[in-house]
Amino acid sequence: MTGTAPPEGSPVEDWATDFDHTTSAWAADATDIWDDLRERCPVAHSDRFGGTWLPTRHEDISAIAHDTEHFTSQGVIVAPFKPVGLAPVGYAPPITSDPPFHEFARRILLPAFSPKAVAPLEESTRAFCASLMDQVVAAGPLVDASVDYAEHIPVRVIAQMLGVPESDGDRFRGFIHRILEKPGQVAPPEDEGTLINYLEHIIEEHREDPRDDLIGYLLDYRVDGEPLAPEHIDGTIALTLLAGIDTTWSAIGASLWHLARHPDDRRRLIEEPELMTFAVEEFLRFYAPVTMARMVSSEVEIGGCPMAVDDWVLLPFPAANRDPEAFEAADEFVIDRERNRHAAFGLGIHRCLGSNLARMELRVAIEEWLARVPDFELADPDAVRWSSGQVRGPRELPVRIVGG
Amino acid sequence: MQIEFDRTKCVGHNRCYLLAPELFDVDDEGYAVVRIDGPVPASLEAKAQLAADNCPEYAITVVD
Ligand code: HEM
Ligand code: SF4
Repeated sequence: MTGTAPPEGSPVEDWATDFDHTTSAWAADATDIWDDLRERCPVAHSDRFGGTWLPTRHEDISAIAHDTEHFTSQGVIVAPFKPVGLAPVGYAPPITSDPPFHEFARRILLPAFSPKAVAPLEESTRAFCASLMDQVVAAGPLVDASVDYAEHIPVRVIAQMLGVPESDGDRFRGFIHRILEKPGQVAPPEDEGTLINYLEHIIEEHREDPRDDLIGYLLDYRVDGEPLAPEHIDGTIALTLLAGIDTTWSAIGASLWHLARHPDDRRRLIEEPELMTFAVEEFLRFYAPVTMARMVSSEVEIGGCPMAVDDWVLLPFPAANRDPEAFEAADEFVIDRERNRHAAFGLGIHRCLGSNLARMELRVAIEEWLARVPDFELADPDAVRWSSGQVRGPRELPVRIVGG
Repeated sequence: MQIEFDRTKCVGHNRCYLLAPELFDVDDEGYAVVRIDGPVPASLEAKAQLAADNCPEYAITVVD
């Protein structure tokens, strides 16, 4: 594309020709933007970030996610800086990897994240949620469901799996803000250091004092007697540390935002707990937090749009989940929806590795919240703040506990 | 009713195992495994349909 990009952070005039998913306008209205684009310009384009496409139909998003021949995962976060020449490994395997290396990197991790490996973590997750709820109830009636509850849960769970101090949670969230929410736009505060420094430090600790956790497993992993390459280990630890935090936090927060505004759905979940299996998937469909990205690796046409090598392509799985061609009553939240092939965890070979973990955390977080706070409402709808960027969820969510 | 499962399409979303554990298991890597041989018992037909209707990869179909 030959156009000149508008200045960074400048307001968007028309989302079909000039979108910017890192702005607060997108954070507030993303769903309406997708619905509008799907109707009038299903594959939108922007000159920002060096040329970026935005498909909004399920069909196109699915086609791209399944097409590893024309699209590479070496870049998955749209930013002014384009990572090129890194395929097929990328900087954070397996999310940044392409076939054939992708399968190698993914299979190392699959057993640790399989449904049966994750199930035993439910008990400690539930105990942790219950202890957070003690604090929430004690602090009430005005609390922040994101800051006081949702954001702590995934940090705790992944810290336990990886074997890093849970008290480093604020640091993890700082890395996420800089790398994912405002890519390339915010420098690290001096006293906090970079993600790379942090990884060196925790890996060194594990080498000195070997432990039976995911980092220990990766350090011990051998292929024909050889350990994994240091960059592979670093990238995979960074990925597993960060990929599950703002994503799951967003899903829990958005679900509580929904429940704060829908007393009928709260009541049904309390009276018919067996609905939870369906409700969790509907929360994931309706409030899917994660938009991924690809780069074009060889010329291709999607939805009639010619895409050139190294163009960015956003993959808004949340938009696919709202496509009326793919879902009945796509714009309605149906708590007991029985046919729900949602794409919140992606489609194709990169299916979220943490999906079983995330699903468990979401279910337990909602159950423990409702067990203690069956009635609550938004304290001030205008005070709810949604994140910008590729992971979307409420970052500030003040609610008032009713009764109790 | 018979279950047809295409292992090459399965990427381990694990929806089938959650909705119909009587019919689907998962292996150590999280891929689905069909638990029954032959026709689906009548009492489990609705569950087989649910699994088919929720697989994001269209890896499961039920045929009469
Ligand atoms: C509700 C919460 C979550 C959502 C919505 C979500 C969503 C996604 C999506 C859409 C992808 C596909 C990426 C692509 O196509 O390029 C993905 C990949 C991944 N996710 Fe999640 N995720 C969540 C939680 C987690 C958790 C808890 C972890 C745990 C560490 C995790 C780890 C990963 C990893 C490692 C990948 C890369 C898999 C691969 O490339 O093979 N995610 N996630
Ligand atoms: S729901 Fe589909 S993709 Fe997921 S495990 Fe079952 S068959 Fe595989």
